[in-house]
Amino acid sequence: MNSVLWLIPAFPLAGALVLVVFGRRLGDPLAGWLATAASGAAFVMSVTVFASLWSRGSEARVLHQTLFTWIPAGSFKIGMGLLADPLSIAMCLFVTGVGTLIHLYSIGYMKGDEKFSKFFFYLNLFVLSMLMLVLGDNLVVTFLGWEGVGACSYFLVAFWHEDRANATAGKKAFVTNRVGDWGFLVGTFLTWTVVGSVNYLDIADKAHHDITAITASMLVLLFLAAATGKSAQLPLFVWLPDAMAGPTPVSALIHAATMVTSGVYLLIRLHPLIEAASPWASTVVAWVGAITALVAATIAIAQNDIKKVLAYSTVSQLGYLFIAVGTHNYVAAIFHMVTHAFFKALLFLGSGSVILSMEHDQDMRHYGNLRKYLPITAGTFIVAWLAIAGVPPFSGFWSKDEILAGAWGQGTVSGKLLWAVALIAALLTAFYMSRQVFMTFFGEEKWRSLGVDHLDGDGADDSTPDSAHGHHLTPEHTPRESPWTMTVPLIALGVLAAVGGVLNLPFASGTKFLEHWLEPVVGHHDLGVGGLPLVVLAVGASLIALAGIALAAMIYLRRRADPAMVELEPFARGWYIDSAYSAFVAGPGRRIFDAIAWFDRTVVDGAVNGVGSLVDSTSRGLSQLQNGKVRSSAIGIASGAVAIALYVVLRMGS
Amino acid sequence: MMSSNAYLVLSAVLFGIGIAGLLIRRNPLVMFMCIELMLNAVNLSFVAFSRSLNDAAGQVVVMFVLVVAAAEVVVGLGLIVAIMRRRPGADADALSMLRG
Repeated sequence: MNSVLWLIPAFPLAGALVLVVFGRRLGDPLAGWLATAASGAAFVMSVTVFASLWSRGSEARVLHQTLFTWIPAGSFKIGMGLLADPLSIAMCLFVTGVGTLIHLYSIGYMKGDEKFSKFFFYLNLFVLSMLMLVLGDNLVVTFLGWEGVGACSYFLVAFWHEDRANATAGKKAFVTNRVGDWGFLVGTFLTWTVVGSVNYLDIADKAHHDITAITASMLVLLFLAAATGKSAQLPLFVWLPDAMAGPTPVSALIHAATMVTSGVYLLIRLHPLIEAASPWASTVVAWVGAITALVAATIAIAQNDIKKVLAYSTVSQLGYLFIAVGTHNYVAAIFHMVTHAFFKALLFLGSGSVILSMEHDQDMRHYGNLRKYLPITAGTFIVAWLAIAGVPPFSGFWSKDEILAGAWGQGTVSGKLLWAVALIAALLTAFYMSRQVFMTFFGEEKWRSLGVDHLDGDGADDSTPDSAHGHHLTPEHTPRESPWTMTVPLIALGVLAAVGGVLNLPFASGTKFLEHWLEPVVGHHDLGVGGLPLVVLAVGASLIALAGIALAAMIYLRRRADPAMVELEPFARGWYIDSAYSAFVAGPGRRIFDAIAWFDRTVVDGAVNGVGSLVDSTSRGLSQLQNGKVRSSAIGIASGAVAIALYVVLRMGS
Repeated sequence: MMSSNAYLVLSAVLFGIGIAGLLIRRNPLVMFMCIELMLNAVNLSFVAFSRSLNDAAGQVVVMFVLVVAAAEVVVGLGLIVAIMRRRPGADADALSMLRG
């Protein structure tokens, strides 16, 4: 069975290679179908490996395969190793599963694009990198995937790079992630130093007795820094909203479902370190998540760009995952990660369908009553909305509730506060998602009453155009439902978003499928709350969700209040975090960077170049001695012989 | 033993003349003759030591040197003739194409 494991990443690799060579010849839509098939084959392989693990006893569910030695350097050896255990194969299943649906969707979405085949090359390359990240059996292979997904994210965010704003957004995503990568690298170095290996199994072995609590805490903080970059948490979340400049399927695949969860995955992979660390380290993780969840949710309230709302929503939901990790509630983190992948991918794909039908206008203020024109999109979008808002029995309710209960069950003041913050964020989530649904699918058909003047100035402040395609929304426009390649993934994800909760229902031990599945990896964790209190918490959370929806309905459907009352300026401006960063980088930061660059140029480069030019000038001078004249060589020989003779004579004489 | 010292002194003088000529003169043919002079100065000292120490090995070495010198003359004169044909009147310093 070992031999099948390497096939999981091999299929997207083969797909990417074929596309890079023959992509142009295959063209539209054949290139898309090929990429979809490659991703689908990876999914089938994941299912095969999953089935083979499933047939084993719970302790034997580990497949380990080292393909070749990647970096042999004396005692430092890194193998290109793949590790399939319940955790990584669960990730594989939803990465390839959701990924395949998004590939299929992209065939419809990217139809007619000039760079159609290049887009699918990037998509396959991304799936490959993501699978290497997930399946890597050591930190270095994971880092390979980590950088691979980062690079693909950069390519795809800046896919329509003819537009300067898109290229800038790509660069921003790339550079911001570099900050986090610093944490990853230093963390890897430190792990090598203290553990003597970067292999996950070795780390898990040694974490408990060979690593002191303070070292483990440092490692957790370093990898947390890495995770805040990739998973868009405070203070490094600023790149994700800008990353919406990419095509919408990219936002769904990379910036909602898969890549952004890799930070959380990394932390769960390294959970033995979290367990070995001092309690404050995990508290830091949880609070980073909680504050991000709250801040991002407030920002999402005041956004008018349909994708920006979803972007901030993603940041906020990822915050929940960090809360779960910080409260040692790893099963809930994976659970919410999976359900979030379902409903957030669905939301993005739904918004893509809306954007396509509205001539690439992304301003929600121009939408309204679209459910009449886009019945399938609206129907599935509403399912996803109820799921993310946490309305029972949709999937988001179960997973979010588990995170909330886990925070409450900590039994500490910090845990209760986390619970409260997460609950407020849940209220806001229900509110902004309802606002989006009401503005888009209900109410009046607002683009009918738009003058031509809106096309220039209005909405330019906060909306990034999906593309430079240059279509304009006219009052006579009639939105049309998308082709079947786009609606089929919507329906499939809609079903998953609705019933995804069955993965881990809290009613009895027997219904907690995911928990039993992950137990060999992450160990058993007691929520710390059960029975009646759990029911009370769940009912409270659903009431909060309904309250958020009702509030939004009052403002945006019934028009009982002015939206300006909630869409506050600091929210719309993202708490000025972006402008603060720009101000710092352009002002005092710039001077520091210049000074460092000067130091690098003169001192570091100077030392290196100095050694080089010293050798160069010395040898130039010495080469003058060899002038090719026989007589000067003879002088050399003669004086050498005289010197030796003198030495011998003087030594003998004394 | 007096006689042996005189031979050695003569050998040293001949060797000195040879080395001085090699270093000072630029005509390849003269330099070649100086080398022969140095070789034969050494031969002289070998024979002198052979006589004074009563050891025939020194004279055997001289035979070897004579053979090697003869071979060297064949190669060396051949080279010099070839050079002189290509560049008539060239001195040794002009032949410096092998410089670094």
